[in-house]
Amino acid sequence: MASTRIHIDEARLGRVQRQDRIATGVLTSIVAIVMLIVVSMVAYILFEDISTLFQPGFLTQPARANGTQGGVLYQLFDSFYLLLITLVISVPISLGGAVFLVEYAPDGPIRDIASTAIETLSSLPSIVVGMFGFLVFSVQLGWKYSIISGAVALTMFNIPILVRVIQQALEDVPQAQRDACLAMGLTRWEATLHILIPEAMPAIVTGIVLSAGRVFGEAAALLFTSGMSSPVRLNFLSFNLSSPTCAWNVFRPGESLAVHIYKIYGEGSPEAQQIVWGTAALLMICVLLFNVVARIVGKQLARKMTAE
Amino acid sequence: MAKQLPKRDLENVGLGVTGACVALVTLVVAALIFMVAQKGLSAFIKDDVSVVEFFTGTKWDLANTAENGLPYTGALPLIVTSFAVMVLSTLIALPIAIGSAIFAVEIQPKFGSKVFQPLIELLTGIPSVVFGLIGFHVVVGFMKSVFHVSTGLGILPGAIVLAVMILPTMTTLSVDGLRAVPDSYRQGSLALGYTRWQTIWHVVLKSAMPSLMTAIILGMTRAFGETLAVRMVIGGIEAMPTSLLSPASTITTTLTTSMAVYAEGSAQDDVLWALGLLLLGMSLIFILIIHLIGRKGAKTRG
Amino acid sequence: MLDQAYSRRQFLGLAGGLASIVGLGLVGCGGSNVANTAAEGSAAAAESVSGEVTYDGASSFQALVEAAAEKFMDANPDVSVSGSGNGSGKGLTAVAAGTVTIGNSDVFAETKLEADQVKNLVDHEVAVVGMGPVVSKNVTVDDLSLEQLKGIFSGQITNWKEVGGGDAKIVVLNRKAGSGTRATFEAAVFGDEAVDFKGDAELDKSGDVQTQMGSTDNAISYLDFSHFDDSKFNAIKVEGVEPKSTNVADDSFKIWATEHMYCAKDADEATKAFLEFMLSDDVQGKLVEEQGFIPVSAMKVVKDASGKVSAK
Repeated sequence: MASTRIHIDEARLGRVQRQDRIATGVLTSIVAIVMLIVVSMVAYILFEDISTLFQPGFLTQPARANGTQGGVLYQLFDSFYLLLITLVISVPISLGGAVFLVEYAPDGPIRDIASTAIETLSSLPSIVVGMFGFLVFSVQLGWKYSIISGAVALTMFNIPILVRVIQQALEDVPQAQRDACLAMGLTRWEATLHILIPEAMPAIVTGIVLSAGRVFGEAAALLFTSGMSSPVRLNFLSFNLSSPTCAWNVFRPGESLAVHIYKIYGEGSPEAQQIVWGTAALLMICVLLFNVVARIVGKQLARKMTAE
Repeated sequence: MAKQLPKRDLENVGLGVTGACVALVTLVVAALIFMVAQKGLSAFIKDDVSVVEFFTGTKWDLANTAENGLPYTGALPLIVTSFAVMVLSTLIALPIAIGSAIFAVEIQPKFGSKVFQPLIELLTGIPSVVFGLIGFHVVVGFMKSVFHVSTGLGILPGAIVLAVMILPTMTTLSVDGLRAVPDSYRQGSLALGYTRWQTIWHVVLKSAMPSLMTAIILGMTRAFGETLAVRMVIGGIEAMPTSLLSPASTITTTLTTSMAVYAEGSAQDDVLWALGLLLLGMSLIFILIIHLIGRKGAKTRG
Repeated sequence: MLDQAYSRRQFLGLAGGLASIVGLGLVGCGGSNVANTAAEGSAAAAESVSGEVTYDGASSFQALVEAAAEKFMDANPDVSVSGSGNGSGKGLTAVAAGTVTIGNSDVFAETKLEADQVKNLVDHEVAVVGMGPVVSKNVTVDDLSLEQLKGIFSGQITNWKEVGGGDAKIVVLNRKAGSGTRATFEAAVFGDEAVDFKGDAELDKSGDVQTQMGSTDNAISYLDFSHFDDSKFNAIKVEGVEPKSTNVADDSFKIWATEHMYCAKDADEATKAFLEFMLSDDVQGKLVEEQGFIPVSAMKVVKDASGKVSAK
């Protein structure tokens, strides 16, 4: 009798262990597949036509023939310019919003309403943001297809991401720091400005740069706001902000790299296809750079501050 | 700094500045909801588009007008396609996301946090047009050669592209959810003689269920609202799809190609805004579901 | 100390940011005025105009507009011309709404817009283009009658053997609703009949059709002559007539459209100057034919808004 019981237990044990091994095997292969997908995607984009990047003119010439010839100089510039304006608008607002949510309104209906609003904004499809931007900024305010319309639409898309990041960063500052500040007679505003924000700075900067990567690749919100074209000629040296050929004029139409890809992905000529893949590689490299820069800057800032 | 503001004033300045930021954001969101709702509803109120027709009609054709003088506004094919693409992509991504999250947290935590997570985060950063571009060349080509279909454009390639796109969102959130399960649960289970797999299956996954649900819903939200990547591989035919390989058009892709084609205030334009309102409503519902899950999770835990 | 520096910079950043938002808002309100006065000022000072010309609309003759814009900007360095090709419908709506200054269209504005909107637009007929059916390389059919085209594009004829080809399903690639090429093609083939057949794909631009035709077997679609590409697909005869510009000029090839450029009645100087340039000999003389279009002057017939063709 005793021996049979042991026998059964062993069989069960064996089955259970086999189960464990099979599960581990399945999971390992899933992860292997996922990693294969990621690596092959990145490799595919980067190597499909990376040579385009070094072709004379691709980075230094404007697009011709509706983007199927020439280079992507203006699209590259417009992407960064859109990003810059977006950050100039969205960073202060997000910073203020996050400080309010963390420091001034810990609990209660105001916080609930504001959080819900931000959450709503974050889950909105970007096409809806684009439609709203088109209606309000391009048509009703009369900004037409312009860099500024696009930047404001991107701001709406960027704020929820930034608020969440900054909120997280501020919440990670130890409560003891706050208590110490208040105990020394500082107001909450002073404590925030002088202690909390500097303390959270590495995380905030990392978050901003990472969000910049997402803004950089966004296209759907721009189709109806900044438009699908860039002026044929731009003057980078002109600072006459009302001139349509001035590169820095925010009321001229602009086209980001991502929109450019969407515009010409279907064009069949070999030259157009080369430009599409070159643009995709360029976009990927920029996004990867944002990722790397975010990590490096975050680490540097953190080291500088802890050393002090 | 000759004159120092009194402390109380300083505090009020701070409250005012930060409060204004929050008020601005809230106001913009409120304005957005209001305007989209107003434009969308005017299709039914002003232009007399039938609500029933909109949700159950199967013929969508804004270029032609029916006998009642209105364009054909049956949005059911678009709604069905949107849901089909969303559900299908979630079904594809779900096992992969949760499986790799388990691997990264329970089986190889070091590898998970050092190699796997940064790699997945990289996927989050890839712009959607790039996903679309790869889908257009690789997935569509694959469809053509495997299923011998004419153009290769359709719902299935759309779902595959979306599955890869929502994978990072779902994986990252699942990883966070699994990490949040206290180690004492695992130790207790292992001490009772359960194997690692039994522990994961019966203890860890069960207690992480609310966060996993949230991960799934957020993935679905993204899949539902994604636009350009889908547009590039779905074919753009606004008719009821007959199979997974038939070309179709989602709510978002119809908006991309038809928005701004018709004059502002025309019935066609208003109906498109009604589609926008539908998207808005869906994302509000998704938020609501996430909140309900969060509340339920909090209740069962404490 | 470092903390102090950080925070002050932070505060300045915040204040600066807010200030710049307010500033941008103000510029936004005044922007158009500034641009206008600047334009008038320099126009008075020199012969060349300055200003901003934006266009949207038909992708079929966008290449022509771009080529002309290049030349125009050589002569007028202070003018910026930019735009995109999102279909005739979008172009007409945009020029009527004022989001662009020129709307390019393959079709008359009357067919897409309300009468009171058309009233405020000025038409410029810059060229004529023929449009014809194209088929995949593997399709053996090289001539279709209008009646057969009607059957194919309404979904009644679904197999190539019904029109004299091999036994294979016909893959119909349509353009998106709003496309002027589609409107022209359907007007020629279907007349006033409404069509609700959508086909196997609806594509956004002429370039997309080129690509898909090149990579899809047994397909049929339609393109304007300037987008024909023998290396990827075959252009076929209609009712036995070759798709050639000379056949369009005397209306023996029936599918063609006049390319329109619409601007508002109160358009600015730069826009008017550019449109004048489009109609000048510089463009009409050489450029139009170089780009694969037919000058309006070479046409022996004219088409009116209702599609009726009459001798000149």
